[in-house]
Amino acid sequence: MTKDEALLAYTLRLGDNALILGQRLIELVAAGPELEEELANANFALDFIGQARMFYSYAGEIEGKGRCEDDFAFLRDDREFANFLLVEQPNGHFGDVIVRQVLFDSFYGLQLEALTKCKDKRLAEIAVRAGKEICYHLRHTSQWLVRLGDGTAESHARATEALGRLWRYAGEMFAGDEVDIILQSAFDGPDLETIEAQWSLKVAAILDDATLAIPDEKWIIGGGRQGHHSESMGFLVAEMQFLQRAYAGATW
Amino acid sequence: MVVVDISREQVLEWLHEVPDPEIPVLSITDLGIVRDVSIGSKVVVALAPTYSGCPATEVIEQSVIDKLHDCGIDDVSVKRVLSPAWTTDWISADGRKKLRDYGIAPPEYGASKRELLHGRRNVACPQCASLRTAMVSEFGSTPCKASYRCNDCLEPFEYFKCI
Repeated sequence: MTKDEALLAYTLRLGDNALILGQRLIELVAAGPELEEELANANFALDFIGQARMFYSYAGEIEGKGRCEDDFAFLRDDREFANFLLVEQPNGHFGDVIVRQVLFDSFYGLQLEALTKCKDKRLAEIAVRAGKEICYHLRHTSQWLVRLGDGTAESHARATEALGRLWRYAGEMFAGDEVDIILQSAFDGPDLETIEAQWSLKVAAILDDATLAIPDEKWIIGGGRQGHHSESMGFLVAEMQFLQRAYAGATW
Repeated sequence: MVVVDISREQVLEWLHEVPDPEIPVLSITDLGIVRDVSIGSKVVVALAPTYSGCPATEVIEQSVIDKLHDCGIDDVSVKRVLSPAWTTDWISADGRKKLRDYGIAPPEYGASKRELLHGRRNVACPQCASLRTAMVSEFGSTPCKASYRCNDCLEPFEYFKCI
């Protein structure tokens, strides 16, 4: 794999994580637990989709075959998406949504922070912009996790159950492959071992505030980077791409 | 090469008349998103996007092109500059005053990382200047604003968050 191929794959993965999580959060519009949280989630989704657009536009330039952001979002099949399994997990209840956000944003924030120092100027620039947004997302979602965990017996039980269900998807974020290795060696990209250590401390502190125990789950499910997704991904992609698949080339 | 015969100051003056589509009392120069104007064979305006997902970005770019066309400049292009990233610290003093007069509390405490992580201090009510205010919702009608209520004059208001 050449440096450019790795940079393209890495940029697309960043875009895929942001787009798929943004799409999941959009599903909460008109289905949030309360108006304020609906607005918060819609705003987060907007940030994620905006970030995906920046990553996809850049990917199109690296690839140099004339593909634009919409081509990457709407004209690839589920196997071509390389997002983590964590971000495609169904919304479930509000506790699931918050736990998913905290686990992912804690990682993504650290990843972006590391990318601000990478040698690829464009990725570093996007990372500065996006990092500020993820910073306040995490402030909001981690406070919610504390409220749920340290709230009532019911909310504590549901947050515990959500954490138990989603924890097994977190390990994938640190299981890098050739693309991550090249990005680190050739572009001074993120060191996943360092990020994992920082992430563990960060998440442990939030869980401690939330009176939630770190799950004793050792089983890690991976495959997202290689396009091996969970069952729910196909449904998400089908809904997201419906318009462009049914009415190819439609514009408005 | 034909060079457009116009001064940079003149272009900036025209751009000062282009409103932000979400908060029309503010111009795009008040908002601090016009980063550069260069004049050669055409006029190139460098704009910094605010939030990544801000739907106003494209509208603003088009309004800049339309405005300069109206002013007689045919060859205009807009360049998006990501770095340095836009921050609410770039909103001008005049812009902050316009926001307050419009009923939106301007961002007050700077956009340091500490502010992003822990920020939540007293925001002055744009109507009566009371500091006895409370946040109703961290998110509002647009990503850049939170919803607040004044406990003295009881008016609801929006607060332009620091980022």
